[in-house]
Amino acid sequence: MSEQGGPLVAVIVFPGTNCELDVVWALDCAGGRGELVFHDVSDLSRYDGAILAGGFAHGDYLRPGAIARFSPVMDGLRELAQAGRPVVGICNGFQVLCEAGFLPGALQKNAGLTFICAPANLKVERTASALTSLCTQGQILENVPINHFEGNYTADEATLRSIEERGQVILRYCGPSGDTSEEWNPNGSANSIAGICNEAGNVVGLMPHPERAMEEITGSTSGRPLLESFVESARQSHGAALGVK
Amino acid sequence: MRSKVTVLIRLKEGILDPQGKAIEESLPALGYGGVESVKVGKVIEMIAEGADAAEIESRVRAMCDALLANPVIEDYEVELTAAREGG
Repeated sequence: MSEQGGPLVAVIVFPGTNCELDVVWALDCAGGRGELVFHDVSDLSRYDGAILAGGFAHGDYLRPGAIARFSPVMDGLRELAQAGRPVVGICNGFQVLCEAGFLPGALQKNAGLTFICAPANLKVERTASALTSLCTQGQILENVPINHFEGNYTADEATLRSIEERGQVILRYCGPSGDTSEEWNPNGSANSIAGICNEAGNVVGLMPHPERAMEEITGSTSGRPLLESFVESARQSHGAALGVK
Repeated sequence: MRSKVTVLIRLKEGILDPQGKAIEESLPALGYGGVESVKVGKVIEMIAEGADAAEIESRVRAMCDALLANPVIEDYEVELTAAREGG
């Protein structure tokens, strides 16, 4: 954190990332300061946290995130994550974090095989995470945009059971009154999972775009509590010791 | 030695296959009934060099683990075909 302003957040840019400026702007709305960091940078020690923005890293060739996981910036992200600083992947960033092994499971093609661009309602299932600490358990976040072809969260049965038992699901798709049944599942995700975290709660991935739901003019302000939680988490982790390289 | 290598990548048993499901549902509409368990995978072909077939196979398997397949949801098979000595 600098002398002035909120915590300093690295907004990671791969070739093909396209949501980075929205994220920087949204961080500003939430009281943080986002700085664009290209994927060839491996030292992120000056940042209080990081967000992997959405888009099509390395063109999504082979599988979304498959090539991005070998970028130098992944070393810096691993150090931030191990130090307990918040690391959040949005949409394509979530796919990258899964491919890189930061988070369990994988994102598959949507069940209906269509690209989905639509508002979704999300239910907060866990508040002990870098993205939901200012939310309340069971809170419904209305009309957060989803915008993806490969957002269908999947994992083998043992992994699914494990993340459910450990409470690693932070957000599920739901109806207007919080119903998380299949009826409200837009993309076929296992257990209607929209977002998960690691066991510590500081590494988070989600398919919806909170950075596009910050002001009424774009249809929803439901992204605010999520990114405000992130900024608060970055503020608290400021100065958390980084592991020895 | 140079060898043509074919990598077959399939979704693991139990992982939902949206493409396979869509194809399976559309075939009867075209009059092709009596089809079930449609699965869609990926084929990656390459020409690889190595000391011998075993070395080539082990290198390609390492490539699969690192990049070509996602071991979280996919299985793979490596086949060396049309091996050409000195080719």
